[in-house]
Amino acid sequence: MKNHAKLLAPATLLATLIGAAPALAQSLDERVNEGFAWATGWFVNLIFYAIPVNGTNFNLIVGWLVIAATIFTVYFGFVQFRAFPHSIALVKGDYSDPNDAGEVSHFQALATALSGTVGLGNIAGVAVAVGIGGPGATFWMIVAGLMGMASKFTECTLGVKYRNEYADGTVSGGPMYYMTKGFAERGVGGGKILAVLFAIFCILGSFGGGNMFQANQAHAQLSNVLGEYPGWITGVIFAAIVFMVIIGGLKSIAQVTEKVVPFMGILYVLTALVIILMNIGQVGAAFGQIFEGAFTGLGIAGGMIGALIQGFRRAAFSNEAGVGSAAIAHSAVRTKEPITEGYVSLLEPFIDTVVICTMTALVIIITGQLMVDPETGRMLLTEAGDAIQTVDGNTGVALTSAAFSSAFGGFRYVLAIAVILFAFSTMISWSYYGLKAWTFLFGEGQTKEIAYKVLFCVFVVIGAAANLGPVIDFSDAAIFAMAIPNIIALYVLMPIVKREMSNYQAKLRSGEIKKYV
Amino acid sequence: MSRKIVVGFDGSEASRRALDFAVSRAKVLGDAIVVAHVLEWSPYSFLTPNEIEERHRRRNEELQRAEQAIIAPVLKAVEDAGVPVISVMKYGHIAETLCKIAEDEDAALIFIGRMGNSGLSSRIFGSVAGTLAQVAPVPVTIVP
Repeated sequence: MKNHAKLLAPATLLATLIGAAPALAQSLDERVNEGFAWATGWFVNLIFYAIPVNGTNFNLIVGWLVIAATIFTVYFGFVQFRAFPHSIALVKGDYSDPNDAGEVSHFQALATALSGTVGLGNIAGVAVAVGIGGPGATFWMIVAGLMGMASKFTECTLGVKYRNEYADGTVSGGPMYYMTKGFAERGVGGGKILAVLFAIFCILGSFGGGNMFQANQAHAQLSNVLGEYPGWITGVIFAAIVFMVIIGGLKSIAQVTEKVVPFMGILYVLTALVIILMNIGQVGAAFGQIFEGAFTGLGIAGGMIGALIQGFRRAAFSNEAGVGSAAIAHSAVRTKEPITEGYVSLLEPFIDTVVICTMTALVIIITGQLMVDPETGRMLLTEAGDAIQTVDGNTGVALTSAAFSSAFGGFRYVLAIAVILFAFSTMISWSYYGLKAWTFLFGEGQTKEIAYKVLFCVFVVIGAAANLGPVIDFSDAAIFAMAIPNIIALYVLMPIVKREMSNYQAKLRSGEIKKYV
Repeated sequence: MSRKIVVGFDGSEASRRALDFAVSRAKVLGDAIVVAHVLEWSPYSFLTPNEIEERHRRRNEELQRAEQAIIAPVLKAVEDAGVPVISVMKYGHIAETLCKIAEDEDAALIFIGRMGNSGLSSRIFGSVAGTLAQVAPVPVTIVP
């Protein structure tokens, strides 16, 4: 009985809070929102500095990422297509020495890195892209995903090559380390400055896209299922769980999530496939819209460029190729050849963007969520003219939810669970990336690490309480900011990756590196 | 020429009985013993970023602990009994890895103990002894 009372007390407290103070809560949400927009607006404007092209704004940062991905693709001779079968063989463990069993395998490094990137970007982000950029955004998203594979290949190879290995057997890797060590090796200055810059942006990114965006969309999904309630409540609950895991060391929650997330991912893709098969007659028309929209825009704001920018933005935000986060995640694998982790990591944008994101986009388009003018075949825009009208006026995760529910009524509950788990696993991954950047800047130590983790939890609450607009802007800005120093470093260090690649291929040909199975 | 007997050993009562039995055979026939300890591991399990970072250290710790707590005490006992003995520690699926060890060591026999689970769990999950009996490259002796 006593235990019962203890359990009930916080619940009743929460109930009174929700019941008695909705007005107060709403105004609190509003104030968080206003303050947040005011505090981050300048940073967003700086990162998304745009030049007008063809009547629409072209963000320089998007060009920065796409040009880099193109250069890497050409420089490494279309490695993402030529090495694809070898990547699969590496993940299957064909080239793994059985005596290394018990170490982190290629599969495990890939799975963990994926659970950091497969998240709301794939569900909510794609809905935003398609909602603003039209079906054509899907095409550019796939193109960006395929190109991004080369960026990821470059950064993950460097991440493993220049990681720090400590005497106790733990490893720390990431762009901070290849910037400092790699630049020194090439005799190029400025590595330290880039590393500091990257670390600062990485910490911001871990609060933005890796945290607030996740909390925000998890709340949107929850209130979609449970009915409207103030965002800070979701924030506090999420923050408490994250706190228990990253500070309280409650490993069981993280372990359960890590195990459930891959299955949720598979379930998500399978459901999308079933919906696509159920509407097999619409598939041709959907692809027609995607291709036509890709080159004409089908009447969306900004036309073709508008579709392209939305597609590229979402792809970059979802698979993080060129951003540098994956280099942190992949650097702990045990391998004698750093390039093998590069080969494995190029599967990541493929799975994340080319497969999962495309599924979301197809389901939204096929289920007819986007309003089309029946006479002209062009998209109907909202009154403001900056987005496409949707059937129920949904945006973001609610749009994806509506699309899936139109086929399976109950799927919105499954999606709610998936969104919460994805959000949570992405938060755990990003809290790790941010912490690595934090300790790079401030050094390791119990107090310093806890300071970061507490700050991380505070941002969970802010993210859940703020509106989608300012949060998504800041999330994009913080993550893209990481790409500025990271891609500079990749340009400087790409000859090293090329040398690694030709050495490795020579060893493969000579039979020095052989299959074990 | 002396043959090698691989004994699957995890420190349990059953594995001790298998080892004792193997020692008594080896003494009579002049065989050598390979004490094989397999740490259950799948390269397809899922780890958190933190676990990945610490994995190499954990692995070393696990091997060290197994060596000290499980292998070292029995090696001494087998040596004292006058039987030549070596030890092998590996990660992997237990039955498959025991077969692999037997092949690598060019062993003539595998000895293992059995847990004696005849119920539902071994029907669903299979048992090491049952799997070994099916797939082993050399004769298997299962000690009750």
